[in-house]
Amino acid sequence: MADTTAKPKGAAVRSAGTRRRSRKSAPGLGAEKPEALLDYYRRMLFIRRFEERTAQAYTQARIGGYCHLNLGEEATVVGLLDALHENDYLFTNYRDHGYAIEKGMDPKRVMAELYGRSDGVSKGWGGSMHMYDTKTRMLGGYGIVGGQLPLATGAALAISYRGGDEVVMCQMGDGTTNIGAWHESLNIAKLWNLPIVFVVINNFTGMGTTVEMSSAEPELYKRGSAFRIEGVRVDGRDVLAVRDTAAELVERARKEQTPFLLEAWSYRQKGHSVVDPAKYRTDEQREQARSDENDPITLFEARLTEAGVLTDELREEIAASVKAEVTEAADFAENSPTPDVSTLFDYTYATPVPNESRRMPADPVFAE
Amino acid sequence: MSVITYRQALRDTLHAEMVRDENVLVMGEEIGVFEGSYKITEGLLKEFGPRRVKDTPIAEEGFVGAAIGAAMLGLRPVVELMTINFSLIAIDQIINHAAKIYGMFGGQTSVPMVIRTPGGGGQQLGATHSQNIELFYSFIPGLKVLAPSTPAEASSMLRAAIRDDDPVLFLENLGLYNTKGEVPEDYAQPENDDVATIGRAAVTREGTDITLIGYSRMAMVATQVAERLAKEDISVEVVDLRSLRPLDRQTFVDSVKKTGAAVVCEDDWLTYGIGAEIAASIQEGAFDHLDAPVRRVAMAEVPMPYAKPLETAALPSIESISTAIKETLSAVGKRVG
Repeated sequence: MADTTAKPKGAAVRSAGTRRRSRKSAPGLGAEKPEALLDYYRRMLFIRRFEERTAQAYTQARIGGYCHLNLGEEATVVGLLDALHENDYLFTNYRDHGYAIEKGMDPKRVMAELYGRSDGVSKGWGGSMHMYDTKTRMLGGYGIVGGQLPLATGAALAISYRGGDEVVMCQMGDGTTNIGAWHESLNIAKLWNLPIVFVVINNFTGMGTTVEMSSAEPELYKRGSAFRIEGVRVDGRDVLAVRDTAAELVERARKEQTPFLLEAWSYRQKGHSVVDPAKYRTDEQREQARSDENDPITLFEARLTEAGVLTDELREEIAASVKAEVTEAADFAENSPTPDVSTLFDYTYATPVPNESRRMPADPVFAE
Repeated sequence: MSVITYRQALRDTLHAEMVRDENVLVMGEEIGVFEGSYKITEGLLKEFGPRRVKDTPIAEEGFVGAAIGAAMLGLRPVVELMTINFSLIAIDQIINHAAKIYGMFGGQTSVPMVIRTPGGGGQQLGATHSQNIELFYSFIPGLKVLAPSTPAEASSMLRAAIRDDDPVLFLENLGLYNTKGEVPEDYAQPENDDVATIGRAAVTREGTDITLIGYSRMAMVATQVAERLAKEDISVEVVDLRSLRPLDRQTFVDSVKKTGAAVVCEDDWLTYGIGAEIAASIQEGAFDHLDAPVRRVAMAEVPMPYAKPLETAALPSIESISTAIKETLSAVGKRVG
């Protein structure tokens, strides 16, 4: 019986170290600078702890709605975002907390948004699935599968229209490669030569439906070929591999003004959302998703420890500072005021016009 | 004043806005090389080139969504959907994205775009090409929906839609493109600041016996009905809704308070329709002034047939609206012509 959660077979998987670097530093890690490696480690750990804290707050009903976590995806998130310039744009799906933080959003305001508070990035209007910040160019956070693809393509169109040098990165899950918006957007992006990198996070399961059950071509990085879009697959558990591959594609998109497709595979450690116990997984699949050998943080920690970059002392220091910062974010959210109901009609329209409705549910249509 | 067609008014206003603002671009199927299925974009590709006049693949969800994304970065795309029936393919992008982005992200980013699209039955196009599903969009907070009925309105309202920072669904009508009307001499000038106020209805003909409410092609038909009934000594006040969202209830309610009776005519099905919203608003806003129930004249509740006699029978007409008016007046004991 085929193991549907296994690493994709026959794939041109890239991993770190395939690039030759001239300078040596940490053994087995090429010319990587120790401080950069520790920074990646810290950022990955931060997402892990932030998401664990989010899950805790969710089960305590401090956070409402749907709640999808980046647990198991940390190396991909950090690697991808390391490849973007500050002025590049990011669009993602609803599994967006880690991306929002990595794009530069203040974790305190991300947590406050999760709590639905007025200090949230969107003042409590978006919630978990809709992180958005114009300043850091994180342009959402979208809850409809595939919805972000046409938008991201349009953002790339605007860049191209103005002759800008920014790039758009558009993240999505594996299940998105089957929706119409995927086909329409990739076609338009290639047709109009737009600077965009489509990134498919392949965690082998769209909710509970496996890639094999939903995709006639389960080698997802190949699916750009219908549009003559070059596709690459990378081991999403390896932050350095993701960074290198993403950086290459982002810079090529910038220089060549053309779209690329990147598939990064990793394991979703828990259910689709916080409330999903993932009963559809076999014991074997569950073990695979949670095992140390597939945990990007454990893997990286081992590499850094072996290379002598990460000492016990440093590990404890980083763990403590991450914990403190996550606690600070949760405290900030906890203490932020809830939005005032008087702001209910503030964001329906950007240009005010006559006869906009400000009727509360039981109000008569005609006041007086 | 000069007299031009509704089509010409749209075309020249679009041209003027493109001259005026470099951020305005037009996108859609067959709008460039083909110059538009209904020739609203005639000559634009030649003048502005493919950067600003973008022929798109047949991918409504893709290009409407791309226009939204471009608008998020500050461009002002004007998208043409060949007919409103095709908007159903883009409806996720219009309703779940264009309408939500400003509010859902706490007012951080507006979506200054226009979706121009014609509705309209009566052209023997059959069931899938004869609908007027603007109701779907009029239902959605975050969208603005405009429905001009004359060349002058088409011009000043398109200008308003393009300069507005919110997503606007701009409803045209196959039956209006060739109609003519007066427009100001400078309607096609980029400096023209004759910008309609979005969210306002208008009393386009004063009367005393009954209020007749319509929008888009039905506002034109309503005027024809009023002219005809005037000959029979029935005085009909006509209200053109112009803006379906926001909806200017006060204007038609005030009219009904004066006349005491109302008929709504719409180029679409009756059940759950815009006429239902109008009627509900009238009962709430002018209950004590009503001398008779509000009457709705709307399409027969069938998928639109192709054969001419069937299609004609299914659509509201000058005759059927006139009959509804006379029956309403008769019920309240007012004389009927």
